[in-house]
Amino acid sequence: MLAARVVKEQGVHVEGLNFYTGFCVEGHTHAVRAQDKARPKRNNALWVAEQLDMKLHIIDVVEDYKDVVINPRHGYGQFMNPCLDCKGFMVGKAREWMEANGFDFIITGEVIGQRPKSQLKRTMPVIASESGAHERLLRPLCAKLLEPTLPEREGWVNRDKLFDWSGRSRKPQMELAESFGFEDYAQPAGGCCFLTDPSYSRKLQDLWQARGARRYELDDIMLLKMGRHLRPRPHFKLIISREDGENRFMHGYRKQFTHLVPTSHGGPLALLDGEARDGDLELAARLVARFSQGRDADLVRVAVAERNGPERELTVTPMAADDVPREWYVA
Amino acid sequence: MPEPVVVDARGLLCPMPVIRTQDAIAGLSPGCCVQVLATDPGVHADLPAWCRVHGHTLEAIEESSDADGAISAWIRVGNGGAT
Repeated sequence: MLAARVVKEQGVHVEGLNFYTGFCVEGHTHAVRAQDKARPKRNNALWVAEQLDMKLHIIDVVEDYKDVVINPRHGYGQFMNPCLDCKGFMVGKAREWMEANGFDFIITGEVIGQRPKSQLKRTMPVIASESGAHERLLRPLCAKLLEPTLPEREGWVNRDKLFDWSGRSRKPQMELAESFGFEDYAQPAGGCCFLTDPSYSRKLQDLWQARGARRYELDDIMLLKMGRHLRPRPHFKLIISREDGENRFMHGYRKQFTHLVPTSHGGPLALLDGEARDGDLELAARLVARFSQGRDADLVRVAVAERNGPERELTVTPMAADDVPREWYVA
Repeated sequence: MPEPVVVDARGLLCPMPVIRTQDAIAGLSPGCCVQVLATDPGVHADLPAWCRVHGHTLEAIEESSDADGAISAWIRVGNGGAT
């Protein structure tokens, strides 16, 4: 937001790009979970574009992004976050868009030292090089600490009016935001990507381990954001909704999975991902009953609809909380 | 009056309904009408904002009373937007 405004102030025509990887937090949380109802229901990138009176193009990179997550050349951060590869990938996509749409250079809001892996002085040239943007990549907030880029040398932007920020402090950004009259902005410390979330990362690793292959589809990574994930057996796991919002969203997936729902008591929808063998459906029904309003009842009836198969009802004893081994909880 | 181009984004979470709308509109001339069907309530905020920055007119957005709770939005394609 600040970088775009700084360059726009110099009379440069700026348009925004926002890449949708499928791992973005905000779209999911706004749409699904009741606990997020108090937060403003807005796409932050669109909101920023409005504040800056700037067009914003939202680009679906879900397919191409898989290679970044599955085979990061520079490895992962603390969790499953391939931040350096991600940045190179996105700047590369911005370069493609720039070339296709007749723009001259790319700006990012990077600040040297702001992030432990992807925003270091030594990684800045890596991103410029691997993205193919090279000297058409301008970082207005720390430009004075870097070699002049093409837009600066050509006089398209005035280097003197750019900044020399470094380090983890957000104070200069906040001061500049105040000087521009920005009273609201997206959370400056990140947290916008599920791959930086330890619980989500464990679920992704579990998915790959269970499948014996590092691969995913968009539906997989959407469902990793939903519900409790319990893996009682290596060959199947249950995704059990935690609230009405998740229940409604998961309802749309029920035909793709064997699914269970309590009928004698209120309770969650559960999707069974994998293959149910002898006795597994009863075990699954007992687990679902444990998370239903009948958890203390002697018996709970649970409807079980097998994928592409018949629906039937099982009457089971809810599993006691202490009988659910901790290791069954994927996250 | 030509029929609107229909973008079916039901079952998709934001920003996919906006992306599908954006892709559909990219090939249309100013004045064309697009109807967007979605189930993610986030479109109530995102579609109007996207229309504003791209200079399109959001003519209406309403929720159906059907069981699927689909949201319908009608957009008139503009020819400008933010500069």
